[in-house]
Amino acid sequence: MNIAVCVKQVPDASDVKIDKATGTMVRDGVPSILNPFDAYAVEEAIALKEKHGGNVTALTMGPPQAAEVLRHVVAMGVDDVMLLSDRAFAGADTWATSYTLGLGLKRLDNLDLVICGKQAIDGDTAQVGPGVAVNLGLPFVAYVRKVIEVGGGKMKVERLIEDGYEVVEVELPAVITVVKEINSPRMPSLKGKMKAKKLEVAPLSAADLGAILENIGLPGSPTKVVKVFSPPPKGKRETLVGTPDEQVSALVDRLAGIKVI
Amino acid sequence: MGIIVKVDLCTGCESCVNECPFGAIEIKDDVAVIGDKCNLCGACVEACPVYAIEMTEEQAGAPAADLSAYQGLWIFAEQRVGKVAPVAYELLGEGRRLADALGTELSAVLMGAGLDAEAKALIEGGADRVYLVDDASLNEFHEDTYASVLSDLIEEYKPEIVLAGATSIGRAYIPMVATKVRTGLTADCTMLGVDLEKRMLLQTRPAFGGNIMATIVCPGHRPQMATIRPGVLKRAAADPARKGEVVKSVPRARLVSKSKLLEVIEEAGHSINISEAEVIVAGGRGMGGEKGFALLKDLADALGGVVGATRAAVDSGWMPYPHQIGQTGRTVSPKLYIACGISGAIQHLAGMQSSDVIVAINKDPNATIFNVADYGIVGDVFEVVPALIKKLRESRG
Repeated sequence: MNIAVCVKQVPDASDVKIDKATGTMVRDGVPSILNPFDAYAVEEAIALKEKHGGNVTALTMGPPQAAEVLRHVVAMGVDDVMLLSDRAFAGADTWATSYTLGLGLKRLDNLDLVICGKQAIDGDTAQVGPGVAVNLGLPFVAYVRKVIEVGGGKMKVERLIEDGYEVVEVELPAVITVVKEINSPRMPSLKGKMKAKKLEVAPLSAADLGAILENIGLPGSPTKVVKVFSPPPKGKRETLVGTPDEQVSALVDRLAGIKVI
Repeated sequence: MGIIVKVDLCTGCESCVNECPFGAIEIKDDVAVIGDKCNLCGACVEACPVYAIEMTEEQAGAPAADLSAYQGLWIFAEQRVGKVAPVAYELLGEGRRLADALGTELSAVLMGAGLDAEAKALIEGGADRVYLVDDASLNEFHEDTYASVLSDLIEEYKPEIVLAGATSIGRAYIPMVATKVRTGLTADCTMLGVDLEKRMLLQTRPAFGGNIMATIVCPGHRPQMATIRPGVLKRAAADPARKGEVVKSVPRARLVSKSKLLEVIEEAGHSINISEAEVIVAGGRGMGGEKGFALLKDLADALGGVVGATRAAVDSGWMPYPHQIGQTGRTVSPKLYIACGISGAIQHLAGMQSSDVIVAINKDPNATIFNVADYGIVGDVFEVVPALIKKLRESRG
């Protein structure tokens, strides 16, 4: 089974602190990590390969330092990597990112499956996985929580929906996005770390990919951010005091007063 | 890059460094230098007190052909098992307001067979027209068939704006549609507006776990597309006297999905549709275990709500994953959110801070959750929650 995983380097949200005075995020010295959802995608790819044989390739689009996340996933057990890096990719929205990743994925022969994390924790869009599927002309299944079986050119999965789960069978090759529930990502192995250390990552440029310039980076992105601002302060922050009975009476009065209950 | 620093004007004051959401700016030799992490969001341009940072316009995306050929505002009316989702009516409420401001028509797109009554209800909810794609294969959701049907409709009728709910269906296939029709899509918006002069939809969404808000536009491509978080827009009251048109169509070609729905499994016991719940009672580490969550279930039942949980509680096995609220779980915005024994980690806040009213119950007066709460109760959840259940049952008589 030949599997590709799309990964992203993101700021570590667990390290992000809020400046209590200004209410804004303190970003100094925030380290970059593998997007947490992508770790589930990588784990699932490696586990499927261990079961069915084959090869796992991880792709990322980003600045040269994004090679770090590729090293991390190689240490976990990924076989090959592809870094798509070019200043011309900068400012890409999800449309241009999906197109660019699609070009990278098209270079891989006999691909059976592409796995992406549900979303990246910096943008939270969840749009690149489905966008990649369209660029590759492949079927897509979102929010996979379990791969039940693979065989006969098909894959049976469970996917999360609002009211429960669906069991879906999809023809391969396909693109899926996975949620946290699917597995527990493994730690990098010592052998993997050695391999990662020696890993040479040769970036592929827009020209290497044969990218159409109108489709990449800022010029290829239909959406533009026009304004970034701090959210208005949340909460009335009224503290209800007294005994538990007095506190809940005050609460019920207030909630009834604003017709919430 | 599309952002330049005018070296002669820059004073090295660091205003831009502090404002940059991506940590992409450094001061080198008393001058701001924009690095590779730059996402061209323009926050620094506004932050600069001496107008030393400029965004170069020629870098912006080339406009598509004729934008004025695109008219009308569409909402996607998602149905599950033949019933239109509540978010569709929220989209109609807001869509009506925006369509009237733009002087254009409001249409709903509905897919599936046997949905005539639902189509009528959409007209009563504010639609001027319902495009009903009447095909039994659309009763079930499949990413590929839904994406091809909506893309075909967009190409045929050329709407100016397309809105959908940021539900598991909407977020799964609407990005495929935007990719196919080569236009922009903004995910999970919490606020919409319009620039009437440029007829631009102003799409505002939280980013970085809700720590910043970003307003996004799609200047050169049509339709302008966005998914909207359920629960943040107000639905209009249904008007049975409203008149509208139902345009029935059949798909261009016979729909054959490459995926097959074998089974639908609903989780027993708890209702897990927390994305659309109006009241959520959520628990964290402070609930101590499954017994604590049984208490929260009683409170949720007393309020007609559902139970949510933090990552810590889910990871401890106290509640199943579909109940997890936060960055790696679901994002919710109910009318009332009661946080019990939740400290308020940034990842949890990201999933719930757009709730209308937030109540926090925690024994630690310094817990971060109190910063986003409307009403805070400092106390032991095992005393306060039972007292609250008792009080609610009494007041119901």
